[in-house]
Amino acid sequence: MLVSLASTLVFAIITWLFVVNTPGWAVVQQRFFSPEAALVALPRVWDGFLLNIRVLLVAVAGVLVLSTIIAALRTLRGPVFFPLRALAAGYTDLFRGMPLIITLYLVGYGIPGLIGTGGPRIPSYVLGTIALVLTYSAYVSEVFRAGIEAVHPSQRLAARSLGLSHGKAMRLVILPQAVRKVTPALMNDFVAMQKDVGLISVLGAVDAVRAAQIEVAADYNYTPYVVAGLLFVLLALPMIRLTDWYTARLRAREQIGGIV
Amino acid sequence: MTEVLRIENVWKSFGDTPVLRGIDLAVDSHEVVALIGASGSGKSTLLRTINLLERIDDGQIWLTGVDVSTPTTKADAVRARIGVVFQHFNLFPHLSVLDNVTLASRQVLRIPRAEAEARGLELLGRIGLAEQARAFPDRLSGGQQQRAAIVRAVATNPELLLLDEITSALDPELVTEVLDLVRELKDDGTTIVMATHEMAFARDVADRVVFLDRGTIAEQGTPAEVFGAPREARTREFLSRFLG
Repeated sequence: MLVSLASTLVFAIITWLFVVNTPGWAVVQQRFFSPEAALVALPRVWDGFLLNIRVLLVAVAGVLVLSTIIAALRTLRGPVFFPLRALAAGYTDLFRGMPLIITLYLVGYGIPGLIGTGGPRIPSYVLGTIALVLTYSAYVSEVFRAGIEAVHPSQRLAARSLGLSHGKAMRLVILPQAVRKVTPALMNDFVAMQKDVGLISVLGAVDAVRAAQIEVAADYNYTPYVVAGLLFVLLALPMIRLTDWYTARLRAREQIGGIV
Repeated sequence: MTEVLRIENVWKSFGDTPVLRGIDLAVDSHEVVALIGASGSGKSTLLRTINLLERIDDGQIWLTGVDVSTPTTKADAVRARIGVVFQHFNLFPHLSVLDNVTLASRQVLRIPRAEAEARGLELLGRIGLAEQARAFPDRLSGGQQQRAAIVRAVATNPELLLLDEITSALDPELVTEVLDLVRELKDDGTTIVMATHEMAFARDVADRVVFLDRGTIAEQGTPAEVFGAPREARTREFLSRFLG
């Protein structure tokens, strides 16, 4: 404990001295870590950040619903369901391969284009949310599918033997066990998603990143970016800790009776 | 005697491997039929075809006089009338013992939760597991889990109970408690078809013993007939390996 503390301290001091003694440190400190600039930017960046959180909450809900449906479609058996399976497989292939930023542009400019100039104007943060849901559902549905396939077939057999329909067996027996199996992976995807929420700024939504950009443009001080970045880190930390804790707990449970 | 189950000329292959080759079997109400035979003789497959978990290639299956082997059969409704207990219990690990027992009553028969739980608790009480009703299955011993699985299978008052080698995965000292429960069910008048390796139990409890050999019924009769004076050479050979 004492050793680790001391070594951490020494390491931190060395790093600090190294950074502070670089030739450009004085300028960088002023441009990126100015307390005054941070205070000035904070209210607006914070307002933008609240939009990020709202988008995140809606997107998480959307991803959970859409990815569950996609995963369930992919596990359907029988030749009758081939079109649905193929559709779901094509969807996951497409959106796992497509860079999120391209999806953002395609949705952000494509959907308003389809509606035409006469139609209603959709706020850019709504379009951004749609793009996020499309991309992340492709990933998360694969996680769910892995979980569904990790549930032993005998569980499905037992459920169907009781007279439960395919849908009910899925909903009441298979999915609850699948979700438990993949929760750590799932939480990890949501950590990734909470920072990617910042990308909706490319569509013009005034979120934390965009607000910071506006502040930066005012006097060429980059501190607002750091402020926005720190806010995202603070948002992620509880989720990251929760993921670690839950993963450790699962491991501990599975290892009852010795670690070999 | 009313007939609960009638199977006629049932064939089933997995790929090129024939597993059931023209099985005929009729089971009367309150009858206990034991299926015996070597591994791979088709006992488990036969049970699964009765429950429509396997589609048969040819033949017909009637449940209480209704042909359930037609393409238009509502398989879920048929399965709801048949209870099944598996070798590895297959309790649902994410549900409490009571929820396991009441799931079909609530979700398939649509019995209100309170009513289903009252019956579930009564059944669990009868097998001495009332205390563990709210526990999860992994807190129970193998024997307790299998008894809970049996209770789950009979909670909906099925017309037929299928037992698929329900003691094969149990430690020897836990077998008795499970078999005692089966005996009680027989005494209550439950119609049972069971695949088993417990020859002593089959002799003791079954009304009829059916010896399966490579997908056909080689011999059947009362336990006294099949165990006491087997007519077929292959029955004798099988029994000598088992009974020593």
